Order: sequence, then C-alpha cells, then structure tokens
Amino acid sequence: MVYDVAIIGGGVIGCTIARELSRLKLKTVVLEKENDVASGSSKANSGIVHGGYDCTPGTLKARFNVEGNTMFDDLSQTLDFPFRRNGSMVLAFDQDEIQHLEKLLMQGIKNGVNNLEIINREAALRLEPNLSDEVAAALLIPSGGIVCPYEMTFAFAENAAENGVEFRLNFPAESVEKQAGFFSVAGPAGEVRARILINAAGLYADVINNMLSQSRFTITPRRGEYCLLDKTEGELVTHTLFQLPTKAGKGILVSPTVDGNLLLGPTSQDIGDKELKTTTREGLQAVLLAARRDVKSLPAGKIITSFAGLRAIDETGDFIIGRSPDVENLINVAGIASPGLTSAPAIAVHVAGLVRELTQAEPNPDFHPVRKAFPRFRHMSDEQRNRAIAKNPDYGYVVCRCEQVTKAEILAAMRGPIGVRDVDAIKRRTRAGMGRCQGGFCMTRVSEIIAQELGIPLNEVTKNGGGTNLLMDLNKQDLHEGE
Amino acid sequence: MQNIDLAIIGGGPAGLAAAVGAHTQGIRDIVIFERDSTPGGILNQCIHNGFGLHAFKEELTGPEYAERFIQQTKDLGIRIRLNTMVLSISPQREITAVNEQGVLHVQAKAIVLAMGCRERPRGALNIPGSRPAGIYTAGTAQRFVNLNGYLPGKEVVILGSGDIGLIMARRMTLEGVHVKAVVELMPYSNGLKRNIVQCLDDFGIPLLLSHTVTEIVGRRRLEGVKIAQVDADRRPVPETEQYIPCDTLLLSVGLLPENELSKSAGVQLSPITGGAVVNEQLETSAEGIFACGNVLHVHDLVDYVSEESLLAGRNAARYIQNALAETRRNIPILPRGGVRYTVPSMIDPRLMDPELVVRFRVDQVYRGYRVCVYLGDHLEYSRKARVLTPGEMESVTLTQAMFAKQETVPSVTVSVERAE
Repeated sequence: MVYDVAIIGGGVIGCTIARELSRLKLKTVVLEKENDVASGSSKANSGIVHGGYDCTPGTLKARFNVEGNTMFDDLSQTLDFPFRRNGSMVLAFDQDEIQHLEKLLMQGIKNGVNNLEIINREAALRLEPNLSDEVAAALLIPSGGIVCPYEMTFAFAENAAENGVEFRLNFPAESVEKQAGFFSVAGPAGEVRARILINAAGLYADVINNMLSQSRFTITPRRGEYCLLDKTEGELVTHTLFQLPTKAGKGILVSPTVDGNLLLGPTSQDIGDKELKTTTREGLQAVLLAARRDVKSLPAGKIITSFAGLRAIDETGDFIIGRSPDVENLINVAGIASPGLTSAPAIAVHVAGLVRELTQAEPNPDFHPVRKAFPRFRHMSDEQRNRAIAKNPDYGYVVCRCEQVTKAEILAAMRGPIGVRDVDAIKRRTRAGMGRCQGGFCMTRVSEIIAQELGIPLNEVTKNGGGTNLLMDLNKQDLHEGE
Repeated sequence: MQNIDLAIIGGGPAGLAAAVGAHTQGIRDIVIFERDSTPGGILNQCIHNGFGLHAFKEELTGPEYAERFIQQTKDLGIRIRLNTMVLSISPQREITAVNEQGVLHVQAKAIVLAMGCRERPRGALNIPGSRPAGIYTAGTAQRFVNLNGYLPGKEVVILGSGDIGLIMARRMTLEGVHVKAVVELMPYSNGLKRNIVQCLDDFGIPLLLSHTVTEIVGRRRLEGVKIAQVDADRRPVPETEQYIPCDTLLLSVGLLPENELSKSAGVQLSPITGGAVVNEQLETSAEGIFACGNVLHVHDLVDYVSEESLLAGRNAARYIQNALAETRRNIPILPRGGVRYTVPSMIDPRLMDPELVVRFRVDQVYRGYRVCVYLGDHLEYSRKARVLTPGEMESVTLTQAMFAKQETVPSVTVSVERAE
C-alpha cells in the first residue's frame, strides 16, 4: 500500500505533526528508529515553554515560539500532559547586564511577547528568595512555562494513534528514494511507501534530506549536559532562571520541573557525533558552577542523576520548515533546536496546512481531540484510590516506592496506544525508577512484570531495546546446557 | 479508622525483632506492615552465611536468620500485613497504607520505624560517561542472581567496597563470572575485614584503594570503565587513568536510611546518620514514634539490628503502658575526636535500663587508640582498641552505676584518643 503521508521521526515534532494530520482524512505513518517515541532530543532537554524574548525578530523561531507558547494551556488540558506556567526570569549580575536586559525586553516586545517587565533585586527576591547575593535585576517573563517534554510527546502520539495514525517503532530509515509518484523509505524493518514525506528526523534530518535533495544542509549536534536534583530541592525556585543568552544559546538554567525536581543545565558544545550522549566531568562541573551563580545553597549531594541531550542545530541558526525547493512532496522540518519544544504545536499546524494544500484532504469526521493519560496513583485521593483498586487490584500494588507507581500503571504503559516493552520506556511513561533511588528497588520488579506480561524469560527484558538486555545467562548456564 | 496499640513499619529483621520485643513487654495488639509478599526483608536475598554469630552463636544464612524471627512472631500470634505499602505517617501516629484491598487508615498508640535503608545509586555519584545497560547497585544484582537465578554479566568491575559489593564479588565468582577489580575511593575499605578476606583475598580479586571510576564507556551495553587513582582530596589523577573492559559495573557505594515516612511524621533526622535523632529509649523527636535497625543508622551485622530492635519494641510497649510518662531530662551524648556520631545521642539516666549500649562509628582508620567515655569532664571508662575503622560499628556500654557516682552530669562524651 502507499500511505498518503510518512513522517520520519517520532520526536515531539513528528508526533505533533502526526496528531495535526489525524484531523484530516489521510493515511499517515510515523517511522521511528528507536523502540519508543520521544527517544532522541525530545526526551533530554530542558522542558521549557519559552516566552520568546530572545529570538531574532522576523525568524521562524520568533514566530513559532510566540504562537506555540499560547497554545499550551488548551493543549495540556485536551491532551492531559503536565504543564505549568511558572514564569521565567533572565538574571542580570551588573549594570552592563541590566542594559542587556533592556535590549531583550525590546526584542521580546517586537516578537509579540506580552507582560515583559524588568524588576530590581528587591522585587526579584520577593519572587525568588533563594537568589544569590550577586543578582542585580531580572527580566520577568510571566508567559514562560515548564512541561514534561516526553509526556507531551506521548500525549500527541497517543492521540494521533487513537485517531488512526500508524506508528512503526524500531524502523530506521536507512534509504529514502523518490520513485514515480511516491517515496520509498526502507531499512531492516521493511519498506514503507508514501506520497508525501515529512522529514522530522531531528539530528538525522540532514541525512534524510541529502539522500533526496540537491539543496543540502548540515545538522550539527550540540550537546547539553544536565543534573537533576531530588524532589527535596524542587521548591528552591519557582521560576525558571536564565542568565543572559549568548551565541551558544540561552545558557545554563535553574528550573523546577513539572514533576517537582530541580533541573540544572544545559551546557553547550558542538560535537561531531549524533549519538554521543555522554556526560563529562567538565560539563557537570560547569553546570553546577553556573547554577550556583543564580541561587544560594545548591546541594550537590542532592543530585539524583545527570544526563546529556543533543540539540539539532542548522548553520543558519533558524528552523528549516517547508517544502523542499527541488523535491516535490518533501517537507522538511529540520534544525529544530530550542525553542523547538515550545514551537512544536504551532509548527505542526503550519505543516498540516502545507499537507492540506498538497492533498486537498477532507477533515477526518471521526477525529477525537481528547486524550486521557492513564490515572496516576500518586495523584489520586484516597477515594479515587479505593475506586481504582476495586476495579483493578493492581492499583494497590506499589512497585516503585519513591514515585509511588503501581503495577496497574506499568501494565497500562505496556498496553497503551503506543505499547512499550522496555524498562526505560516504562520509566518515562510511569516514572517507575525516576525517583531518588533510581530504580535500585523497582528495576528488578519492573523487569519481572515485563517478563510476565510478555511471556518471555527475564533475560530477554531490555533496558532500552536490542542489545541492552539487563541480564545475561542463567546462573551456572553451562550446567543447564548439559541437561 | 482502625485503632491498634503498636504499628511496626517494615517486616525485615528490625521490624520482626521489635514486634517480639514489644510482645515480651506484654503488648498484644501489634501489626507489622510489610510491602513485600514475604517477611524477612533484605535477608531473603542474602543467601551467604555469617549471620547470627553474636545473636545465636552459630553461623546462619540470611533466610535462616530471618526464619528464626518469623517463626517467633508466628508463635506469638503477631499479625503481619503483607503486600501492604505504608504511604504516610502523621505526627499523631495515623498511618495511611495501601494494598490490593484498598487504602487503610490505622491509628496507633505507638509506632516503631523499621523501614531499613536503600543503596546509593549511580546518579548520586555523578560519574561522567554514557548510560548503557549493565550498571546495577550490588543489591539489585544480588536479587537478580539469588532470587531470579540470572547473572547480570560476565566481566564485572565493582565500585565501592561496601559489604554487599564484597559479598557479590564472591557470589558472582562462584557462578563463573570474572570479577576484575573492586575500586574504592577511600584509602580504606568500608566493608567488614572478614568480608575483605573471605570474599576478595580468598579469590584473588584485587582491591584498588584510593581509586575511582572516572568514565563509563559503552552505548547500548557497558563496554568498559576508566578508573584512576585519586589524590588526598579524592580528585582523580589523570596520568593514572586506565581502561578496564567489562560488561557490568556494580555499585556498592553506601547505604542511606530510608526515612521518607519519618519525615512525613515530623521526625527530626541527623544529617550524619541520615536516621532519626533518638534518646536512650530509641524514641524519636515525635512522641511515641521509635526507630531501630538500618532506618536509624546503617549497621554491619544483623545481630546488632535485632538487639537494638528488641529494645525499641520493648520501649514502645512501655510507652503504651504509660511507663515513660515522666518529664525527661536529656543529657546530650557528644561525639568527639574521630567519633562521627552516637546512637542514641541523648540520655536521661533516670529512665535508662541498668545498661545501655551506645553505638558509634569513627571517621577514619585509627590504630593504637583508646575509646573513652567522659561523664562531664570525668573520664569514666576507656579501653584500648587495636584498630578502629569506619566500616565496623563500635559500641560502649553506659551503666546506671556510672551515673550514680555523680550528682549532676551535664553531658556524656564518647571519643577516640591516641593511646599513651
């Protein structure tokens, strides 16, 4: 069969576009090389819904950032993902920097960001009592927010799937060809044909484009390292704190997360390798050093994990969004670095518009915009818990004690619209293993549930798909083989 | 709301012994809350021997040791609610728990906290590198090997020389795994001497002191670790860095008392032990809430956990019987010199038993020192200690007789001092 649309990449961009396209009568497929959606940049970023003050006026970034920002209140309700408009601050540490804040303020106004305000040290301290002694003033961005980037991606993906979009996980697009009237995307998992191809391949968008188009571009991975602190530190600040942006980006931030942790990072380093998600001693030290400039008493002992993410940077510094100049029916959505997460919903609407122009597709009469996340034990009242347990006793079996995740939630993640079967994917969907003990207690139990649900031996359970099996042989394997 | 006399949070060795202690003192309305499907706690996966040498004068495995107490609670008719997770405890001793029947609310006259401890994870160490499969805490690996019957890997490096790591070095070696090295940041091991000898030396496994893992290598499965020697400030010395290929890294880098529930009850915690601050009754700052075992401070030997917990249970029972109603006059027990902390950290001599064991740990290795106890400025007791190490818990015994000799004692001090 030939699909109407194939989207390469199941990140936040691919999944928001997929959901937008599911409003139309189109046969759409998302091809994702990993074992889950939100497996690349979408799972390891700051999770900030930016105001839009720092984008150069007139750029795609400025436009989609400001448009996207306003969509989050409705979308987080409709699609049931965690989002909070906690407000952002850009901190200034001396007179020169205060002048720079004024430039940012003017730029923000030009971009259409509302309610920006420069506040003095005293006013900033009233909002954030733990600011360091060096903070002189701040630009307040009330429209700034925080979101869980992968839960947001799951929400869009699940709603898209419920509205008929197909998701092919573990489908790397190794070759892409334009044939008579359709694209052929092929890899070890098979071949998919589609009339329209949307390139949302993140770090690999250049590879996909350059297989088809003479209008080539290069995506450079820019690594960002982060530290995540225990929930005991989650109320150290309520706003997202930035320092003045530089050429390398918005700098290292200090922010609460929607889950109640404190996030520090990212660093900013261009690297050649699209998979090099390693942290470094220098990077992690730089994160702590910068964060300590913003706030007092930041306890390094409360770090529960550190990680690195890669941003997809195009050399123009702007997003690449639109129809390819030389390949008919190819739409590139590339170079989606910050503020890509904020922009994603607005980009999706725009791209769906391009597809509608190309296809003249009718609206999908069965489209249902609402998606409900499976109920979380940790958010329930006692009455809700009792009702949930009466219906499903697995809600009474707490598997992850740090985050209070029950067996019912783990099974819901496995049986959901985009079912997953690996420990890390379940972790991102349920938070089992994300707490302060980092899976020390629940990893063995989650593995047992996975093995039982799938009817596989325990040593076939993986952390993160092929080649990441948690266990190797049975004890005394040699003896078993002799049996 | 159900009303009971005594609630015990945790059915591991501490909780079981506390229940027995309370029963001995005459309390019958006792409920142990245990989140697992069997009592015994972590002992169930500790299939090696060496348990019970002090408590029973014989060498038992973990499950055998647990069975002694499980049988005792059965014989005494003590109720255990299995598969039941306590979610919170209020300062007024109202317990909220959940199991497959629903949410329970229980009001207890007294509570014994016996939740044990958890292992420090990789994230807390902030080791740079990738995040592949093949990195486990030693306890997770122990559960996989001993309860599930699977090996996490074939070529293993162990970071940290805590007791579980040492035990796993031997355990995996016996399963045919190649344990390449145990890497310890400090210039001494944090494990028991007997474990170093029996689990490493006997199998020729190198213990690299003053070393640490500087990088984790491998994209999907662990491929190796870089290790380096550290200087006096515990910073890696780059010239000493070397690469060890391995498919598994086990972490045995410390245990942390699991006090989330204690916090919800408003219990004051010690920044040094991570456990509750307690008096000689092992009562916490929250009235009627007692603590014992690894949730109070991390022990090396379960025998001492049992001893401490019997006492906590007995005292909780006496509290219920209104036998502790007198107004307290706390005398602080102060750690000095190389003593990091003491448990308990305060005492009212009028309320103490004829003898009270005060447990403590030192902050580094001391050879040829003395353990001293002062009442006020007066040296009341001292003993020679051939060697004192942070990995082995020490104790001194205070007696009523000591306090009888002085009119008023402003404080008790426990210190280690160079022997003359």
